[in-house]
Amino acid sequence: MKEPVLLEVRNLKVYFRNDEGLELRAVDGVSFTVPPGKTVALVGESGCGKSVTALAILRLVEANGRIAGGEVLFEGRNLLALSEREMQRVRGKEIAIIFQEPSAALNPVYTVGEQIVEAILLHQSVSREKARALAEEMLHLVGIPEPRKRLNEYPHELSGGMKQRAMIAMALSCRPKLLIADEPTTSLDVTIQAQILELLRELQRQIGMAILLITHDLGIVADMADEVVVMYAGKVVERGTKYDIFKRCRHPYTLGLLRSVPRLDVDENALASIPGFVPDPLHFPEGCRFRGRCSLEDETCATEPPEVALGNGHVVYCHHVAFPEVCHA
Amino acid sequence: MRNGEVLLRVENLKKYFPLRAGVFKKVVGWIRAVDGVSFEVFSGETLGIVGESGCGKSTLGMTILRLLEPTEGRIFFAGQDITRLPPAKLRPIRKDMQMIFQDPFSSLNPRMTIQAILEEGLRVHRVVPRDAMQKEVEMLLERVGLSRDYVRRFPHEFSGGQRQRISIARAIALRPRLVIADEALSSLDVSVRAQVLNLLQELKREYSLTYLFISHDLAVVRQISHRILVMYLGKVVELAPKEAFFARPLHPYSVALISAVPIPDPDVRKVRIILSGDVPSPLQPPPGCRFHTRCPRAQEVCAMTEPPLLEVEPGHFVACHFPGSLTLEGTSG
Repeated sequence: MKEPVLLEVRNLKVYFRNDEGLELRAVDGVSFTVPPGKTVALVGESGCGKSVTALAILRLVEANGRIAGGEVLFEGRNLLALSEREMQRVRGKEIAIIFQEPSAALNPVYTVGEQIVEAILLHQSVSREKARALAEEMLHLVGIPEPRKRLNEYPHELSGGMKQRAMIAMALSCRPKLLIADEPTTSLDVTIQAQILELLRELQRQIGMAILLITHDLGIVADMADEVVVMYAGKVVERGTKYDIFKRCRHPYTLGLLRSVPRLDVDENALASIPGFVPDPLHFPEGCRFRGRCSLEDETCATEPPEVALGNGHVVYCHHVAFPEVCHA
Repeated sequence: MRNGEVLLRVENLKKYFPLRAGVFKKVVGWIRAVDGVSFEVFSGETLGIVGESGCGKSTLGMTILRLLEPTEGRIFFAGQDITRLPPAKLRPIRKDMQMIFQDPFSSLNPRMTIQAILEEGLRVHRVVPRDAMQKEVEMLLERVGLSRDYVRRFPHEFSGGQRQRISIARAIALRPRLVIADEALSSLDVSVRAQVLNLLQELKREYSLTYLFISHDLAVVRQISHRILVMYLGKVVELAPKEAFFARPLHPYSVALISAVPIPDPDVRKVRIILSGDVPSPLQPPPGCRFHTRCPRAQEVCAMTEPPLLEVEPGHFVACHFPGSLTLEGTSG
């Protein structure tokens, strides 16, 4: 039986040009799917291309970059082939996005209410009055106390957690089918993070939307995700269900990442760590990009690693998957 | 000094910042960032200081080093009261207290070579003779896992993890007794963070260092600390040996903090205690217990009377009217 698919990213490539005119292959052939109503986590360290991938889905790429290839199929339609006008109807309405920094996403000179109302009026044919009522309802839904009063406040009058809630209210005001959440809690304190994650989970239940969660925090992944896509240096190295990744991972990078996270529930004398550091995009090695930091490396790794399907959607890109399972977590 | 003796003692330390407004910048209020904090740090231990943003943990670190002048209270280092020492007398003591900052991009002077950065302190404090300087700098670099060939390079040529290693080399160059690390690992990626965390542990053994490790990340703090101190709105709410703290946290805020950290294992189901509301402003902290506005167990007395920090078990201090009234039962699997 084939799993229903809401979003399918196929062989997506996003390249940038730096000041010297050199090409940076920030996202280089990324593929994954998001089923309706589920949460898929895109994880990796800084510079792995996870945020660029998320933005490219909405065709939001900075001026020095371009989508160099691939397809983004949303309910079967290739978003990369749409006109800008058609794309505007998708953004915010079908696919919404929230960012790490709510202060950067909210306009400081408009009240919170005005911004949510604008988003509603853009995509729904309702009166301004009705839109205002909807905005109030959204603020209430995301747990902002005294929503009517808050509608008239400016973003600077809200705390960090409240701003994040207001941004979520705005993103969800049109009941999108997919919410892209790019490090939604990274700038928040841990007790506020817990509130926001719980809120996202609750709203997902109510609205039935899918979430593409971009994060570097494996704790949040274990907590929130159904499926996980692990990225390294612009490529997917492994993807699968949450259990595939945390319990049966087969890529040496995934394993290294899991072992280097200090855990609150376990004492360890020394953490395992991955030697070396992430290569910069100008000097990605040929072949497997994890080459040079990997303990399983040999001469075959100089060639592009094969896609190895392990069944049930668990896919690894590595020459050495034939090795016994590397993950004993 | 032998291990286990008191290296640092902080007594009722307060640091208030004036809040100014209007054309004449009149003082209209005081931000009570650190508001009566007392604790001791023993030689050879690592004391982890945790809390959320605005709890005063960074201000506390800076005030101990006298990078900020304390408003009230006293700081004793190796038995000497350094609270009001004039700069000339403070300088030799500074050599014994070093700091590692969060952001390795702004804490290293971009115009100085690595050689110059590492030499500066050695020269000011005359730690090694001039002709031994080069060797010392190379040794320091290699000790923190960098190549000695890097001495002539500039900070911008290094990644975040490498820069943090340089900051660490600078901190240990003077053979300090106390190192205050303020969110020293927070800007690093997961795989690199583990490398630097391990390096800090090795250096501590090798140079008999004492760490004051300030961080918002409880998992990292658990890894490195012997004892844990939790701050909330400028106050110490709990101080305990690590094992006791994680096995039986007594302050409801500590319990909530521990329960809020997601565990990177899908089999671990946690009972989440989700606190309502935000951290109140340190400008107008709530009366009584400062946590009562968010506390799931708050009673009438909590809004009236401030609970003192009391030793409820040997070495386990808590400031709560109802300590231990919340348990973590069933929260870890």
